Amino acid sequence: MGIEFFILMKSEWALMLIIFILLIIKVNGTYQDNAKLLLFTNILLALNFMLGFVSNQSGMLFNSMFHTNSLIAFEKNILNFATLIISLQAYTWLKNHKHMLEYYMLLLTTLLGMFFMISSGNFLMFYLGLELSAIPLAALVNFDLDKLKSSEAAMKMVLLSAFASGIMLFGISMIYGTTGSLNFAELPALITGSHLQILTLIFIFTGFAFKLSVVPFHLWTADVYEGAPVSITAYLSVVSKAAIVFVLISTLSPLFAGLTTVWYNILFISIILTIIVGNLFAIRQQNIKRFLAFSSIAQVGFILLAISAGTALSNTAAIFFLIVYTLSNLGVFGVIALVSDETGKENIDDYKGFYKTNPALGWVIALSLFSLAGIPPTAGFFGKMFLITAGASKGSYILVGIAALNMVVSLYYYLKIVKTVFIDPNEEPIVPIKTNMYLKLSLGVCMIGIVITGFTSGLYDYIYLLFRL
Amino acid sequence: MTNLSILILIPLLTALAVLMGRNAIQIRFVALIGSVIQLLAGIALLFSYLAERAAGNTAQMLFEYRCSWYSALNIEYYVGVDGISIAMILLTAVVVVAGILISWNMQTLNKEFFFLIVLLSLGAYGFFISLDLFTLFFFLELAVIPKYLLIGIWGSGNKEYSAMKLALMLMGGSALVLVGILATYFNTNIGNGVHTFDLIKISQISIPVQTQMYIFPLLFVGFGVFTALFPFHTWAPDGHSSAPTAASMFLAGISMKLGGYGCLRVATYLMPEAAHQYSWVIVLLATAAIIYGAFATLMQKDLKYMNAYSSVSHCGFVLLGIGMLTKTAIIGAVIQMVSHGLMTALFFGSIGMLYERTHTRQVAQLGGLLKTLPFLSTVFIIAGLCSLGLPGFSGFVAEMTVFMGAWQRPELFNRIATILACASIVVTAVYILRAAGKSVMGPIANEQFKNVTDARWTEKLASILLIVAILSIGFAPFWIIDLIDVDTQLIMENIGRGLSSN
Repeated sequence: MGIEFFILMKSEWALMLIIFILLIIKVNGTYQDNAKLLLFTNILLALNFMLGFVSNQSGMLFNSMFHTNSLIAFEKNILNFATLIISLQAYTWLKNHKHMLEYYMLLLTTLLGMFFMISSGNFLMFYLGLELSAIPLAALVNFDLDKLKSSEAAMKMVLLSAFASGIMLFGISMIYGTTGSLNFAELPALITGSHLQILTLIFIFTGFAFKLSVVPFHLWTADVYEGAPVSITAYLSVVSKAAIVFVLISTLSPLFAGLTTVWYNILFISIILTIIVGNLFAIRQQNIKRFLAFSSIAQVGFILLAISAGTALSNTAAIFFLIVYTLSNLGVFGVIALVSDETGKENIDDYKGFYKTNPALGWVIALSLFSLAGIPPTAGFFGKMFLITAGASKGSYILVGIAALNMVVSLYYYLKIVKTVFIDPNEEPIVPIKTNMYLKLSLGVCMIGIVITGFTSGLYDYIYLLFRL
Repeated sequence: MTNLSILILIPLLTALAVLMGRNAIQIRFVALIGSVIQLLAGIALLFSYLAERAAGNTAQMLFEYRCSWYSALNIEYYVGVDGISIAMILLTAVVVVAGILISWNMQTLNKEFFFLIVLLSLGAYGFFISLDLFTLFFFLELAVIPKYLLIGIWGSGNKEYSAMKLALMLMGGSALVLVGILATYFNTNIGNGVHTFDLIKISQISIPVQTQMYIFPLLFVGFGVFTALFPFHTWAPDGHSSAPTAASMFLAGISMKLGGYGCLRVATYLMPEAAHQYSWVIVLLATAAIIYGAFATLMQKDLKYMNAYSSVSHCGFVLLGIGMLTKTAIIGAVIQMVSHGLMTALFFGSIGMLYERTHTRQVAQLGGLLKTLPFLSTVFIIAGLCSLGLPGFSGFVAEMTVFMGAWQRPELFNRIATILACASIVVTAVYILRAAGKSVMGPIANEQFKNVTDARWTEKLASILLIVAILSIGFAPFWIIDLIDVDTQLIMENIGRGLSSN
């Protein structure tokens, strides 16, 4: 346990440090001004994000329970980045909130859980991380204590999430039963395709599917997204999903290589269902948060399309898309959070005539939605193209055809929102809203990212390099 | 050495400059100056191309430039032009200048309007110079969404429905193109499991005929949707008639040509064997579009719908020419693309200008316009005469070439199709003469028409520009035939490969 112990776990140590600083401030109880404290916290998070770029070494700890390398460090930093953006966007909401510090402590604890999950080299560690990330999240969903809908959402989430964890744990126990090991390094050789192991795969995939809201395990998503505060909805739809995708990439095809046909078939059906159901339900939504819930379900279907190919190129496509998805989704959520905090309006119809009163925010919505729909010149186009190319590399053109046609369906509902914002007339549009510095910064980063990430191949090449190391 | 990227750079800078513009006058002039520079660049490109060819350069593509973009997937930014692309670039440049001149007095949200028009043209230029299928697809999709916003925001009538229908049908088409392109890509193993999007390289690889039979329909129908291939033409009438004038000009003049160009350059060129196998289907659908379009036009009462349906019919000639797969027919198809682009832009432009003054597009409510609007009415009649294929105008040259090329196919089926297509010209004459006669000649239908003013200088300039272009093809078709002859020959050599293997 030398200096290596600190360097390998630097992201975790940094998060824990921030949590404890905030905890001490809270316990002291001397702070007066939320605004100053928010500035301080955001600076801490920004430093944390920058720390993610330096001294990323590979190595293992705790008897190979915990492992890390530059790819994992990069993945963690994506989550750091998304959390920072979400925190910047939560400013309007938190500046008068009396539980501001608790928000950050819970949020960073879930993030810590995800970090352990991504770094895990053993199913026990993985499960520990999963639970650490799940339970504070339910508390966050219910963060606005006076809202009945939030409580309902939190309850749904706790119960279903516990159920999914239970199923997953059952699957993990069967892995131990059939192979006698839980270590990721030993498992590929031991998983050979017995019937019980197929059942294991199904149970573990169910756990993942629940967290990713893959159809038919998506039923909690819309209610929870609607009930949670916007900032938490954004967190659920971006960070929480990204973390699971990272784990899925590093477990599904490496560990279950002996069962490739089985998981490919499972994915095949899940992808078709997820994309179609997500799209069809998104069309009918009135509430913008529910709408984004279903649209993000459909997006996950596309990510799974890439994962189904299971090569370095396809995994690169999945991670590249996740970054693009993060930027685009947080672009929309930033505007929604602001509008919701300032006016309390969350219905799609409320956004009629929004462009006339808030042109800049209108363009932010349009660009982000175009990116989500995969329209050039936004980065979303490149992201979607690479996902579909990755899917096609497996040679299943039925899947690719369905995905491509569903891009058209998804364009329909994204365009409907754009139409609402730009074209529809409204007697009482949302009043012009003043944006604060934090929001401007976060939206600016998102928009620049959406425009630049696609044209410059640097990021993509870098991820591909990480996968080949 | 000419750098083609400048053709993308000029519209891009223009679009950014439009966004910077402070007031309406600045914005208009910036957009106009940008598009005129682009037109000049296009003409300069034409001359340097002719000079290269005269100097004996027989390379298939000139002024090539390539650089690696996404090296992991072997995606390149690869551009180059031949005569066909240059013809298309010139067409685009002329129509864009005319469109900007005609929308000179745009009042609402004019910054956004000109920005989107320039962005749309950027997509078209990029599409015509791309030689990498990925880049090509990128520009193809880039040119869809601006259309939605142009129709949805500045359109008239049932604009939201039309805009959505157009966007979804075109994106549906491009989804098919996407699957087709990917299928092509994964069938081009150029060693070590590396695939390529390079159009020229793919044309030299012989993809198994069995595979081509799957890929060709995807590509052809996908691009066909853009060029209103029957029965996927239904977006065209609604979209054209709801769009604001400049957008209809662009839509019919250039956007539909993206499809025709794609059918030729991508589908037919890369899959020659399959093109021969499916030739009869293309001919059948094209003939159906020609006849259906012509008869549907007869039934229209609204001038814009009339022109939109006649566009379906005219684009049928493009597809007929491509489907016949003879050199003359393909030259005819290319000339028809250029000719229809210019003519339909003029037609939509004149309808838009008349509508601005009379506030109606119903033929029944118009009459005697020649007395009060002599210039605009003349333009309208010229557009109509070109549309019905009167000798001296570009339409005649184009259709005649297509028919000659089509007649070279001796099969009975193709002969019948050619005869039917020829016969449709009579129908065209009926509706054009009827509409022109009713709206322009005769007594003045409405007292208010006496108080209207004739064309402004911008509108005159736009009309004259388009008419000059039309006449220069109509009276001197040889220059455009010379321009595309060599390149059509090269395409034919590839297509001929398909013929010999049958």
